[in-house]
Amino acid sequence: MSILAAESPNPLIPVVGEIIIGTIAFAVLLFVMWKFVAPGFEKAYQARRAAIEGGIERAEAMQAEAKAALEQYRAQLAEARNEAAQIRDQARAEGQQILEELRAQAQEESARIVARGEEQIAAARQQVVNELRGQVGGLAVELAGRVVGESLADEARRQGTVDRFLDQLDGMVAGSPDGRSGSTVAGGTR
Amino acid sequence: MTSSALALDGVLAVESDPGGGFVAPGVGEFFPETLFGFSVLGIQFDIDRIILALWLATAAILVFLVMAARKAEIVPGRLQFVGESGYSLVRDGIARDVVGPRGLPFAPFLASLFFFILANNALAIIPGIQISPMARFSFPLVLAAICWFVYIGVGIKNQGLWPYFRDIMFLPGVPKAAYILVTPLELLQNFIVRPFTLAIRLFANLFAGHMLLVTFALGAVYLFQVGNFSAVFFPLSALMAIVMTFFELLIIFLQAYVFTMLMGTYLNGSVEAAH
Repeated sequence: MSILAAESPNPLIPVVGEIIIGTIAFAVLLFVMWKFVAPGFEKAYQARRAAIEGGIERAEAMQAEAKAALEQYRAQLAEARNEAAQIRDQARAEGQQILEELRAQAQEESARIVARGEEQIAAARQQVVNELRGQVGGLAVELAGRVVGESLADEARRQGTVDRFLDQLDGMVAGSPDGRSGSTVAGGTR
Repeated sequence: MTSSALALDGVLAVESDPGGGFVAPGVGEFFPETLFGFSVLGIQFDIDRIILALWLATAAILVFLVMAARKAEIVPGRLQFVGESGYSLVRDGIARDVVGPRGLPFAPFLASLFFFILANNALAIIPGIQISPMARFSFPLVLAAICWFVYIGVGIKNQGLWPYFRDIMFLPGVPKAAYILVTPLELLQNFIVRPFTLAIRLFANLFAGHMLLVTFALGAVYLFQVGNFSAVFFPLSALMAIVMTFFELLIIFLQAYVFTMLMGTYLNGSVEAAH
């Protein structure tokens, strides 16, 4: 043992003054740690976590927004397509209808024109028949008078023989199913 | 004059008295002369350089922590990164993982322990001081006593007065006959051995570390001027002093961590019922 050790106290005996000093020193550190340091670090941790989580959340929100927009566009597109198809169908139907109407109108018109034509034809025929009848009667009477040698005109006019004969002919024509075959029959009988 | 310097004088005195040989440094190393002293309420406060060193270390670590945490940002600066790394080592590594899911409220306490011990240990190799206040038994004892109060208090608060002592005295799952042996051992372990091992482990490591450093350093000085064949061993002694300094660096950190970690396991026993 050295001379220095001899005058030194036992190192394992604590000193009251040192215990108090040590306690105060640690207490000060503990207080500052509890009040300022630990909350500061905790705040930083929290801010960091919030920043990371916030970033993720923002990204998710944006993604959801983009998805919603896409859905909306798709819905709008489908709607537009639907509408276009509807309009097309409607147009086609209208076109069909117009076509039908036009056709009906045209048919009506043509029928009308045909009817008028037939009427005119009938009128002209009647006129021709009437004229012919007069001329044929006169001619027949004149020819018969020449054959007989005397004028039968007055007699024939008096008795209406020619007219009666022609009427009989007409009656034969009217009795046949249609005018033309009736005339041929009448011609045949004549 | 520091005690190391006194020992150095003793070593150098060999020159004038060649028959004296090498005088190894003793316990006196840890009791330098009192710089000033005062008395409050009959308690004597003797302030020597070790106590000044304690204040210095405490002030330094306080300033460091406050600077690091004052403007804690999401993206940490260099200072904040260092402080945060130390803090999260204790907060996540000990308070959360060792004490348990309910351990986070103890993080400031455990971090205080860690940083306080670390800063004071660090003085063991800081040039010009080179002695840790933790090599003075009073200071580790203070910390161990605080820990003792804390883990018993937390145990009583969390489990109730009787269940806490009952679970310690009558360990669940132990055969009744074994209680004769187990109960005294558990009581001794929980209320006496734990705080003393905490205190003595820290104290002894720093005490022995300082003794090693001083012995090799003084030995190198002695061998340098001894004037005979032994002088060839001077580089070896000097090298050992340097190597031991680096070894001390490891001890400084390890002992701070071990102390905090053990306190974490004690707190874990107090927070969670023992079964």
